[in-house]
Amino acid sequence: MTLNSLMPVLPELVVVIGAMLLLMLGVFRGEGSTPIVEVGALVVIAIAAVLIFMQPSAPAELFGGSIVIDAFARFFKILILIGAAAALVMSMPFWRNHKLNRFEFSVVVLLSVAGMMVMVSARDLIALYLGIELMSLALYVIAAIDRENVRSTEAGLKYFVLGALSSGMLLYGASLVYGFTGTVSFAGIAAAAKSPSTGLVFGIVFLFAGLAFKVSAVPFHMWTPDVYEGAPTPVTAFFAAAPKVAAIALFVRVAVSAFPNIALSWQQIIVFISIASMVLGAFAAIGQKNIKRLLAYSSIGHVGFALVGLAPGTAEGVSGVLIYMTIYLAMTLGTFAVVIAMRRDGGQIEEIDQLAGLSRTQPVMAFVLAALLFSLAGIPPLAGFFAKFYVFLAAIQGKFYALAVIGVLASVVGAYYYLRIVKIMYIDEPAQRFLPMPRAVAFVLALSGAFTILFFVYPGPLVAAADAAAKSLF
Amino acid sequence: MTVPAFFFYLFSAVAVASAFMVIAGRNPVHSVLWLILTFVNAAGLFLLIGAEFLAMILVVVYVGAVAVLFLFVVMMLDVDFAELREGFLQYLPIGALVGLVFLVELVLVVGTWAVGPGIASAIKAPIPNASQVTNTEAIGRVLYTTYVHYFQIAGLVLLVAMIGAIVLTLHHRVNVKRQNISSQNARTRDTAIEVVKVKTGEGI
Repeated sequence: MTLNSLMPVLPELVVVIGAMLLLMLGVFRGEGSTPIVEVGALVVIAIAAVLIFMQPSAPAELFGGSIVIDAFARFFKILILIGAAAALVMSMPFWRNHKLNRFEFSVVVLLSVAGMMVMVSARDLIALYLGIELMSLALYVIAAIDRENVRSTEAGLKYFVLGALSSGMLLYGASLVYGFTGTVSFAGIAAAAKSPSTGLVFGIVFLFAGLAFKVSAVPFHMWTPDVYEGAPTPVTAFFAAAPKVAAIALFVRVAVSAFPNIALSWQQIIVFISIASMVLGAFAAIGQKNIKRLLAYSSIGHVGFALVGLAPGTAEGVSGVLIYMTIYLAMTLGTFAVVIAMRRDGGQIEEIDQLAGLSRTQPVMAFVLAALLFSLAGIPPLAGFFAKFYVFLAAIQGKFYALAVIGVLASVVGAYYYLRIVKIMYIDEPAQRFLPMPRAVAFVLALSGAFTILFFVYPGPLVAAADAAAKSLF
Repeated sequence: MTVPAFFFYLFSAVAVASAFMVIAGRNPVHSVLWLILTFVNAAGLFLLIGAEFLAMILVVVYVGAVAVLFLFVVMMLDVDFAELREGFLQYLPIGALVGLVFLVELVLVVGTWAVGPGIASAIKAPIPNASQVTNTEAIGRVLYTTYVHYFQIAGLVLLVAMIGAIVLTLHHRVNVKRQNISSQNARTRDTAIEVVKVKTGEGI
């Protein structure tokens, strides 16, 4: 192996080495170096993103085929880097306001990003597991980073215990799949798994149960509302964005490239968790009073919608998933920017009622949030409509009519609780004003709002990129 | 019954029984001791398949370090484990049901056991002949070449664990007196002692 052959993983190496350098900087310079480390982390992410854009489009395999850098991996790596960068940008003013000065946050986020980049490139079960563990361990730490706060530590502990359980299930499934196919590489598994034997299906069920936990799909969603509510808001924004995107990518790659010949076996699982997530996400969010809990249920529902695209197991469906996750990422980051900006002198506000009359106190913020909520509900011509359109179209082409119909019904129910927030903002009597929005947060909100509102003008590049990325899997 | 088969069943039976005792034991210290017994028996199973390096590592790392660390933690934590277990029986029926489902599925899996035709050729790094290389060398040959990236990522996982432990538990206390070695070394007779002339019969 020469250094030159490592070129395809240069972005990963930049992230990892950058994280370690920033860690050294923080350790030797002390707590005062937090701003430098934060900016440094953003620079590292920017360099990695530029390097990914400069990579040749031909797929590259490394380490005996266990890591593959194809269009699919590059697409998701860009999304992950965007999610992480936006969360880091929004976290800076948040930590200042909460007098929380921890340079380790940026370092741990970078390391979790490295884990996610391994996940989306993984093409064997060992790389898959190591990527998931690197990501998850970092996430457990940052969930509890506000360690003086009981709810934050509770969120970290809950996430850790349940995450460890799900890793156990995933490993058990992986060991069964390995036992019944004799190989850990996805290509080898695909070649060996020609017909569904009981043991193999059993392994797939456990493997998917572990993955479903990571994307917080029903019935493995129980941790989501508690962790999202307890973790500090920028951390929640990060959880809802980058790790979810990475886990969905892994889900798609495992299903499509490791088990293409026994698609019928895993399609049943995907259809079930997809319907369950959409329905639960729609109904359970209705009664929520805390906006972070509401967004947690909303994210569960959105994972269900994204999995609709995976169910047919076609290139069109996978392309739909990619478009869905891109738009979901943009909408989620914008919505969380508003949640971070919900501050008064007494501190952070999380009750939905407190948004009352926002249209009169802060009209711009209210308008962008309303657009984002309409988009989350899937109302045309906003971006969220196109996201749902592509996955449902793929489901119908794949003859999954029931799935598409239930999905549309669930999104109608979901529209109720999104529009309730719009009603609170525009019709109810104004509550007290929020403090002015920090500039960094406003920047993220503006980008996300502009993407959501203007997506329909020029959807071509994203659709073309998603199509190309999806084709690289087939 | 041949001798290896006898030892296989002996080690497996003791390992399963002591693993059960880990979760059934009332006293957490006893649980850790049962855990050590499980590890030792697993090491025995490794020996039987000729992987003596893994067997020794298991004993040295898990029994020598991890289990002893567990024991320290369990003994130092003031947790009333009897109280934690109070709701235990309440969940027994559902736990038993889940266990039963797992058991049935496992039986199904074992019942359909079949070795696929292409499996022997699909193995990427087959176990080399033990008479030519020692198994330490066999592991070393693939661990730092073919699987070097796994090794590095696992190292990163440990780095995250270390950072996490420090971030979440280290408190910088301001009022603690710390040893200052340079100022200790810089002490001379002048700074260290004070000569007081005491007049007889008056005190200080």
